[in-house]
Amino acid sequence: MIAPLKINKETSMSMSHSSTKSYSLQESAITKWTLIIISLLFLLLFLILPLLSIFVMAFEKGWETYIASITEPDALSAIKLTLIVAIIVVPLNAIFGLVAAWAITKFSFKGKNFLITLIDLPFAISPVIAGLIFILLFGAGGYFGEWLLQHNLKIVFALPGIVLATLFVTFPFIVRELIPLMQMQGITEEEASISLGASGLKTFLLVTLPNIKWGLLYGVILCNARAMGEFGAVSVVSGHIRGMTNTMPLHIEILYNEYQFTAAFAVASLMSILAIVTIIIKNLIEWKAKNV
Amino acid sequence: MSIQIQQVSKSFGTFHALNDISIDIESGELIALLGPSGSGKTTLLRILAGLESLDEGVIRFDGQNITNVHPKERQVGFVFQHYALFRHMTVFDNVAYGLKVRPRKTRPPKAEITKKVNELLSLVKLENLANRYPSQLSGGQRQRVALARALAVEPKVLLLDEPFGALDAKVRKELRRWLRKLHNEFHVTSIFVTHDQEEALDVANRIIVMNNGKIEQIGSPEEVYEHPKNPFVYNFLGNVNLFKGRLHNGKLTQGQLEVNVESLHGSYEEAVGYVRPHEIHIEKVQVDNETVGAKIVHIHVVGPIVQIELRREDTGEYLEAEITKEHYKKLIVNKGDVVFIRPKQLKVFIPEDFSI
Repeated sequence: MIAPLKINKETSMSMSHSSTKSYSLQESAITKWTLIIISLLFLLLFLILPLLSIFVMAFEKGWETYIASITEPDALSAIKLTLIVAIIVVPLNAIFGLVAAWAITKFSFKGKNFLITLIDLPFAISPVIAGLIFILLFGAGGYFGEWLLQHNLKIVFALPGIVLATLFVTFPFIVRELIPLMQMQGITEEEASISLGASGLKTFLLVTLPNIKWGLLYGVILCNARAMGEFGAVSVVSGHIRGMTNTMPLHIEILYNEYQFTAAFAVASLMSILAIVTIIIKNLIEWKAKNV
Repeated sequence: MSIQIQQVSKSFGTFHALNDISIDIESGELIALLGPSGSGKTTLLRILAGLESLDEGVIRFDGQNITNVHPKERQVGFVFQHYALFRHMTVFDNVAYGLKVRPRKTRPPKAEITKKVNELLSLVKLENLANRYPSQLSGGQRQRVALARALAVEPKVLLLDEPFGALDAKVRKELRRWLRKLHNEFHVTSIFVTHDQEEALDVANRIIVMNNGKIEQIGSPEEVYEHPKNPFVYNFLGNVNLFKGRLHNGKLTQGQLEVNVESLHGSYEEAVGYVRPHEIHIEKVQVDNETVGAKIVHIHVVGPIVQIELRREDTGEYLEAEITKEHYKKLIVNKGDVVFIRPKQLKVFIPEDFSI
């Protein structure tokens, strides 16, 4: 409700000082409210209603069933696996993102554009194919399958495979967030730091990192949300072993296919809460970054 | 600290930014690197600071070869064109940075750092703004923070890249004077880059005029202004009127104008005479052939100097003359009058194609 009020205030201001806003952009009140109502209705129908229905369905059979469905061993194992994957993937991608963004923005070298294109690749490839890549590489019939079998190493249908697939899919989130930010900031502050006698590490910790921290955090949050929610790629490599290689999204799908709707929605509600918290944090960060 | 730059060259791809540059700078000098954009002056400054590598040549500080010394060990204070202040740090922390990042062994104790920073802040008259962030400061204030930050590490050389470029005229003048004063107090060897000839003439005690990666002239402000070595320096330092003509028997002729030239002998089909606006004399009657008729197109009276724009009657070329207000009052001329101009102090250069 705050947003429309704000717009209203702006337009009324621009009416009193006609120069502040282009006259041609001022619409009549009817047009304005029609547009606002259409977008609100759309949001209500396609976003808020489905979200609410998740919670309604989850609590359909009461609190006890809800608690029971999210604490039964398979569900707990799915939650645990999801968290483990996120804990491994997000820091790795954060480090990779920093390194790649640093290399791309602070140095000039041949093949830079190629590297940028390569980073975008996971966005362009369907998650299912991303999963299949790892089956082809590390599966029983894959290139390294034989060797892995001989050394008794399991990658597909196990945690390493899930981590690899998630890494692949969430690769671009942090680096994509950092590149434009670091490009905009340039390298003069780093040069100033070096010329004042700071070492490379101190320059990074005291100058670069504070300047990009909000962008980095923003990227981490997006990356985390995707790492926990990834379905396609993980589905291909996980093997759907209950209590072993099921992440939360996979667990929800299995429950749903077995007509355990309440349980499915209970776990789904957990993920939804996660998503809502993520969005709130994301907005807080945006607000904070703007006000620093 | 003295600086020797010996045969330094630098290219960016196919672009020759610096071409065989050699300069000797004595300890305590205040040097201006003057030139148009793309002349290589900033590249030279960055090479001195170690922020840019060089392709050929040697840099010595106090006779010691520092060509391959890392910038953090050069003890150079660098003031960046757009200040490059640390945006997430307060003014105080910005100035303290160079001291705080020292390795533990050489780092002064906290109280000493605070004392030193406060001293510097009072030197740049920013004591009251110690807790502000760079975004809350004006351009002139940021510039002073950048200077204080560079001075905090007690550099042996102070390098300033277009230090006054982004400031408005009045602040610029103030800071110029202040920089000169600062230099008189500290005696740290300082080099600043500028494309503004007035700034170079006003502040520096020696000017290095650069163009296309080469040095055109080195000398005191008076030397380079009064005795430019070549047409480029003449053109770049101050306004100038051109007389393109033929040189024969020590006389430059162009149209109806004939001027005696003492410095050059021999005959050249093409020669260019350079005359500063204040060296053009205006007379109301023609006395000899060393003057030529010109019509006054515009008179600009501001302050003690009167600028007069003229159009030559014979060739139609435009000229600019500067006379004092007193002289102007005595002369009594108006727009549209035809007067006779006499170039005093004509400096003739032969275009290079013909000089061989």
